[in-house]
Amino acid sequence: MDRLKNFIEDFGWPRIIIGIFLLCLFITAPFVGVRVGTSISDTLVRVGMNGVLVLAMVPMVQSGCGLNFGLPLGIIAGLLGATTSVQFGMKGLLGILFAFSIAIPLGLAFGFLYAQILNRVKGEEMMIATYVGFSSVALMCMAWLLLPFSSPVMIWGYGGSGLRTTISTDGFWNHVLSDFMSVQAGSFYFPTGMFLFFVLMLTVVWAFFRTKTGTAMTAVGSNPEFARASGIDVDRMRTISVMLSTALGAIGIIVYQQSFGFIQLYMGPLYMAFPAVAAILLGGASVNKASITNVVVGTFLFQGILTMTPSVINNLIKTDMSEVIRIIVSNGMILYALTRKTRVKR
Amino acid sequence: MMNRLKQFLISNSVPIVFVGLSALAIPISGYSAGYLVQEMITRLARNSFLVLSLLIPIMAGMGLNFGMVLGAMAGQIGLIFAINWSVVGIPGLVLASLISMPIAVFLGFVCGNVLNRAKGREMVTSYILGFFTNGVYQFVVLYAMGNILPVTSPQLILSRGYGIRNAVTLTGLRLALDRAMNFQFKLGDFTVNMPIGTFLLIGVFCLFILWFRGTKLGQDMRAIGQDMAAADSAGIAVERTRVIAIIISTVLAAFGQVIFLQNIGTMNTYNSHEQTGMFSIAALLIGGATISKASISNVFIGVTLFHLMFVVSPTAGKELIGQAQLGEYFRVFVSYGIIAAALVLHAWKRLRERQASRRGLRGETQG
Repeated sequence: MDRLKNFIEDFGWPRIIIGIFLLCLFITAPFVGVRVGTSISDTLVRVGMNGVLVLAMVPMVQSGCGLNFGLPLGIIAGLLGATTSVQFGMKGLLGILFAFSIAIPLGLAFGFLYAQILNRVKGEEMMIATYVGFSSVALMCMAWLLLPFSSPVMIWGYGGSGLRTTISTDGFWNHVLSDFMSVQAGSFYFPTGMFLFFVLMLTVVWAFFRTKTGTAMTAVGSNPEFARASGIDVDRMRTISVMLSTALGAIGIIVYQQSFGFIQLYMGPLYMAFPAVAAILLGGASVNKASITNVVVGTFLFQGILTMTPSVINNLIKTDMSEVIRIIVSNGMILYALTRKTRVKR
Repeated sequence: MMNRLKQFLISNSVPIVFVGLSALAIPISGYSAGYLVQEMITRLARNSFLVLSLLIPIMAGMGLNFGMVLGAMAGQIGLIFAINWSVVGIPGLVLASLISMPIAVFLGFVCGNVLNRAKGREMVTSYILGFFTNGVYQFVVLYAMGNILPVTSPQLILSRGYGIRNAVTLTGLRLALDRAMNFQFKLGDFTVNMPIGTFLLIGVFCLFILWFRGTKLGQDMRAIGQDMAAADSAGIAVERTRVIAIIISTVLAAFGQVIFLQNIGTMNTYNSHEQTGMFSIAALLIGGATISKASISNVFIGVTLFHLMFVVSPTAGKELIGQAQLGEYFRVFVSYGIIAAALVLHAWKRLRERQASRRGLRGETQG
């Protein structure tokens, strides 16, 4: 009994409730006429789409910079990579690799600047990250209007300048990762390539945290004073983690776009950090501790709920309440993590 | 003398920059003085109350109350019921305020207690709490109203039989307060409307804040804002006082939203409250307030400057580059950017103070 209690306390009520909720959704699904095959493959596709974005949370959480609400900054780097690739008419695997090759250095550069801000505001990173993200999105809104892009598929038909709000990746590198070795069996579809890529990214981050730098980074996150005393350059570790997070955000959004089929500009990236933050917290991460397992479990649970609630609840009570449930679940999860009294003071 | 001037310039740098920006943008936009004066008066009447509601939590050291959107939601629920029972005019607004009050007290109580569990990160927590409550609000308004809650007016309910429409016209309530005591004067060939009643209410509120600062409770809050640990050892009930600060702010934000919407005349049931928080906070910061210090004059200067930019920038953007959209994005950028900058400056200052005091302990003089 005590062990059960401990387990519940460790795992947290919200996660248990949400886990049970998701389980109920999967169990009821066949009875209300939702095809389980489609649901599962929808969930999997969305896990692949969002996985890298969620992974982008890990380095910053581990180095003690808190939840990366500044994810839009990384997304912007990714968008610049994607639009440049389309501008040059790059197609297929080459196109997406080109997008990555532009986005990653940009992400690292943005991350470096962003880290200079965050290193000066230790302890208040999250709120500032949110607004740095927001203001960079707004700044880029102006840039999308003014940057000298000229590809006719991207700019507004009239006026002849300024990028469109959504740009189709169709004919360029739509589904290049998803369709690589993908499996199609009836209504079940599995985007093998996208998952291979996700696993590759997970491995890279996992391996990174086993290097000397990675270990030092974790030390900074667990106890900055102790880390400083043992000769670790705290600011440098934090800078590296922010650069890594931002670059992962840039990669993540390109993976997202190739599966989604559209590049969303302007206010599109504004709220994209919140689902990713909610997902990693749902997976068991806290404000200053996150692991690869948290990413995988969290993304699956969160995207599972997003996919299953509309179809199941719709069929059950003939009302679409998915949006409300999504808002309450994701923000409730973040709220829970923020208000949780940390047992070990850092 | 030089030093004092320098000090003045530094401590008021944000408003000065915005005065400069406006001075550049106004001639470009080509608006007449009469039009701009009218716009500023309208917007001061519309927004001041909301922005004033932010002052008390700042006094209590809780930072910018992003949770004021909770109050805004309560205000909107009040308005929905006032419309449903078709009570018009001033009585309608009073009724809406009375209904919203217990809801706001309850939400403020919840918010205060949540924030007590997240000391040191009040702002981000209240911000997320705003999103969370928005989910609950949508559930209540979109599903419970007309189903469980007795809202029947066809003017409000969606055609499917329950849930409130996206845009609700505030028939009979529109401008009820602003037109109650309207004063007109001529400026050039432009007739300017001056809503005296609204300004009286705002004035009363300012007096309330001044009075409140002097009370025992107000003094307690200021002590907590200075140093929470010291206040605690001095016997002040820190957590309780913090909850009260948030409750007052939430209730006032509810009233503020009622005033705001009666001026606009239509309520976007699902969006009106979302921007309230951001615009109010940006306005306060542009007025020269910081996270830990804000005065009544900051509110009025801020609302004027922020909304001057708000009115002028799209037209200025259009005249300059030929795209009004650019001006729109510019003002969005400024609202977000100013909040980001204020937060960064405040946190940076605090970090330096902490480091300085740590150095002091070590006995180093230079470092």
